[in-house]
Amino acid sequence: MSEIDMEVSIGGVLMKNPVMPASGTFAEEAAQIFDLNVLGALVTKSVTRYPRMGNIGPRIAETTAGMINAVGIQSKGSQSMLNTSIPFYQQYNSPLIISISADTADEFIDLAQELSVPGVAALEINISCPNLEDDGRSYAMDPAQTFRVVDYIKKKTKIPLFAKLTPNTNAITEVAIAAEAAGADAVVVANTMLSMAIDVESRKPKIGNIMGGLSGPCIKPIILRMVYQVYKKVGIPIIGCGGICSAEDAIEYMMAGASAVQVGTYNFVNPIGMVDIIQGMKEHAIRHKISSLNDIVGSVCVIGPEDIDEVATY
Amino acid sequence: MKLLQSTVLFNIEASSRYKHMAIYAPEVIDECIAGQFFYLKCSNHISPLLRRPMSIYKIVKEKDEVHFLYLIKGEGTKSLSQMQAGEKLDIFGPLGNGFILKKEWKNLLIIARGVGLATMAPLIDLATKQGKTTYAILSARSKEDILSANYMKECGAQVILVTDEDGNSDMVYVRKLIESMIDSKSIDALFTCGSKRLTNLLKNISLQYKIPGQVALEENMGCGLGMCFCCVKPFQRAGKIINLRVCSEGPIFQLEEVMEI
Ligand SMILES: Cc1cc2nc3c(=O)[nH]c(=O)nc-3n(C[C@H](O)[C@H](O)[C@H](O)COP(=O)(O)OP(=O)(O)OC[C@H]3O[C@@H](n4cnc5c(N)ncnc54)[C@H](O)[C@@H]3O)c2cc1C
Ligand SMILES: Cc1cc2nc3c(=O)[nH]c(=O)nc-3n(C[C@H](O)[C@H](O)[C@H](O)COP(=O)(O)O)c2cc1C
Ligand code: FES
Repeated sequence: MSEIDMEVSIGGVLMKNPVMPASGTFAEEAAQIFDLNVLGALVTKSVTRYPRMGNIGPRIAETTAGMINAVGIQSKGSQSMLNTSIPFYQQYNSPLIISISADTADEFIDLAQELSVPGVAALEINISCPNLEDDGRSYAMDPAQTFRVVDYIKKKTKIPLFAKLTPNTNAITEVAIAAEAAGADAVVVANTMLSMAIDVESRKPKIGNIMGGLSGPCIKPIILRMVYQVYKKVGIPIIGCGGICSAEDAIEYMMAGASAVQVGTYNFVNPIGMVDIIQGMKEHAIRHKISSLNDIVGSVCVIGPEDIDEVATY
Repeated sequence: MKLLQSTVLFNIEASSRYKHMAIYAPEVIDECIAGQFFYLKCSNHISPLLRRPMSIYKIVKEKDEVHFLYLIKGEGTKSLSQMQAGEKLDIFGPLGNGFILKKEWKNLLIIARGVGLATMAPLIDLATKQGKTTYAILSARSKEDILSANYMKECGAQVILVTDEDGNSDMVYVRKLIESMIDSKSIDALFTCGSKRLTNLLKNISLQYKIPGQVALEENMGCGLGMCFCCVKPFQRAGKIINLRVCSEGPIFQLEEVMEI
């Protein structure tokens, strides 16, 4: 078997393979190190309507097998996205997904309408960023709020919408169901986990913003579990995101129910990590005689009662 | 800038707290400029996860060698310190912008402390090769920590040492020293790295004497390439506060734009 079908279709967006960068860890500069055409899609850092300064530093701290960030959406604003970034990415044939962030539903609509332009394949709505005001709260912590904001944007735009969910909720399945009911074309599971670290010498928080979002390999088992739970309850495609550092990690996510994956922190560790992951997935498919990667989505073999996984095991 | 596996040539003790590493990197040697840095993968394990930024300490073009001088600080540099000659080191760089030396500058004054010395050494080498005269005030906890003084002298700098141990590294004394050098040596530009207090002092002197200056800054990094905005610091420019990325808009900045820290 020589040719593996790596192609996936996510909410109407056709991708040559299921691997794309996670918002905030990728930008135009990546083109200096590898050919962006190898990626399944290109995902921008969350953009706000107007320029924003972001949080005070330090904005990043390493933790065991992970890192905390509180960049706080430093954004050049949507005009710069339209004038510079979108034309830049048009040199590449991988579909462009723009992540948008806003404090109000109306602002989301303004942004979504402004960015519904040729060259943009889909919008990822970041309703999960834990760093903004309100003590880290966000739309995606609550199913009703999620329904309200997605429904509102969906009614006023035609472009495919991916809702990016937060793991900082005890109702991720209900939130995903609400996003689907409101018309989201896919869900991204998930953003970073609200967290904190303290320097014991100075007694100061290691992050200027005190709290920040945890990402990297340490969150992978938790987000993987969420993908598995969401997959059982929703029909729209799931994009798995959290701690992916290898082809095995990506395949694990697909077996749990993800149709595609996003790679974030690992881009910092290995700037060409996504290229390696795509290659590794192809090799896995060859080794296991899988002709289309779509076949492994949700293919985890669960033996025993259907709902045993819902039972507390601790 | 490239991502590649280089070979460690040596990794030796420079003092009890510092190590001196040389790598063989013919693929990038011609791109390296004083002031730039490499983003090093210090271990192949999951922890420490992120790369660690290290300034270029020496560029030996004829031997395709890049050197680093580093303080063993935490997990990352500890694991870097355990690397042996012959092992492969995953390097990403050179990154960032180097120092800019204007043609008309003849006399440079360099003030560095601690690990900042590592960043300044190749600047002295470069300036000497361009026929400029360099004066270096090197500050450290103890004489043992002023590792690169001899190398800086070899590179052509006239070196003055100040240490906490000898009690002559305080700001009042250092200020007098700098002012007397400005008076007697007709200094055209100032350079610093490695200390917040020295940076603040030098910024004031730079504004007062209207002598331009550059500073090499540090900040925790994510991507190292300008994509993530993790390494941002605030600066003053044209009466406004702006955020700049240390990795891509720096690590060398204009002294007059630095905020008091
Ligand atoms: C552009 C640049 C050039 C540098 N050049 C040199 C050099 O030539 N010699 C040298 O000894 N040191 C240099 N440093 C500092 C060096 O990167 C840190 O000492 C090192 O990252 C500490 O890692 P660690 O794991 O040993 O320590 P830890 O304290 O355990 O590090 C924990 C985390 O904090 C980050 N961190 C800690 N201190 C710093 C710092 N000062 N700057 C940036 N990130 C930091 C680390 O990268 C890591 O993510 C430079 C830093 C920058 C930004
Ligand atoms: C430095 C940094 C910046 C991020 N910025 C954004 C952002 O602007 N918008 C967003 O939706 N997610 C953002 N994220 C979250 C990532 O997109 C991703 O969801 C998260 O890091 C988990 O994936 P990972 O473990 O592979 O990094 C950011 C993550 C990091 C590390
Ligand atoms: S470290 Fe990512 S922008 Fe500087």
